Amino acid sequence: MTPLAFVLQRLSALVMVPVVIVHLGLVIYAVRGGLSAGEILGRTQGSVAWGLFYTLFVVSVALHAGLGLRNILDEWTALNRGATAAIAHLFVVLTLLLGLRAVFAVTVS
Amino acid sequence: MSDTLEVRIWRGGAEGGLVHYNVPRQASQTVLDVVTWVQRNDDPSLAYRFACRVGMCGSCAMTVNGRPRWTCRTHVDKVTDGDSLTIEPLGNVPVIKDLAADMTPFFEKWQSARGRFHGAATRRDAYARIKPDSPARQTANAHVECINCAVCYSACDVVSWRKEYLGPAALNRAWVAFNDERDAHLGYVLRSVAVNGGCMSCHTHQSCTQHCPVGLDPSAAIAGLKKALSRAYLSGRLKLS
Repeated sequence: MTPLAFVLQRLSALVMVPVVIVHLGLVIYAVRGGLSAGEILGRTQGSVAWGLFYTLFVVSVALHAGLGLRNILDEWTALNRGATAAIAHLFVVLTLLLGLRAVFAVTVS
Repeated sequence: MSDTLEVRIWRGGAEGGLVHYNVPRQASQTVLDVVTWVQRNDDPSLAYRFACRVGMCGSCAMTVNGRPRWTCRTHVDKVTDGDSLTIEPLGNVPVIKDLAADMTPFFEKWQSARGRFHGAATRRDAYARIKPDSPARQTANAHVECINCAVCYSACDVVSWRKEYLGPAALNRAWVAFNDERDAHLGYVLRSVAVNGGCMSCHTHQSCTQHCPVGLDPSAAIAGLKKALSRAYLSGRLKLS
């Protein structure tokens, strides 16, 4: 692990703490309040604030999980560091694609 | 509790095995006393290592009933399971023969963590004045009394699965050097622990702190290094090349 990866993992964790708490609160609110999918989309679509919030969520999760995954692969498998870096990068890109697509779907389209 | 201890001692190298010995129980008997009794009374070919017998030199550490311990200060009464005592060489280092472990990797990592003083003053300069109650001096005090016994290194999970990891003792020593206000090249220390297998690899399991026979807290030292490293990196003061 390089100092850059180490610092990025800690900073992304720092971002995730409040973001995950808000996200869980939102899920509980939506489920307990009995909001329909249409009602949820009515609140999120066109909202710049929710778009930015969930973009931050997706980026911090992708970074944090990708760095963690690489660390696990480095420690627990015989793969060389080039291979673990390639797998981790692929994982980050996939997570970003899937996550940002979902953010786009609920806030823009 | 009987008058005789049922002792199993590791004999041979890496491919060796446990051999059974009966050892008479004595008052205030230490694990090192047991090993010495076996060598002097039963089998003179038993290899083990010790020097001071009073917990200062750090050379007699072994695995006792599955846990790394300093054997000269470990009383048999405190660690036996009934009458049985299993004594093996330290873990996470290669075994040479019987209870003598090869400490080369431990001390090589100690060196590569560069936890040593880098002075800039000459004999013509005045003595450095360090206030005993300054925060850095207090921090160094809390970590400086390591006896190099490698008990923490043997207890560390990360060392067991990541061979390049410097280990708690070397990083604890680096933290002492980092808090030496006289040191002219603190950057050496941070650069030396900012490598793959350096302080960033610690999982904070705290086995080192749990097992340290002299009561040091290497986990806290490593946490301090991580914090110092992060600050130096974010402020651009950590030059890695």
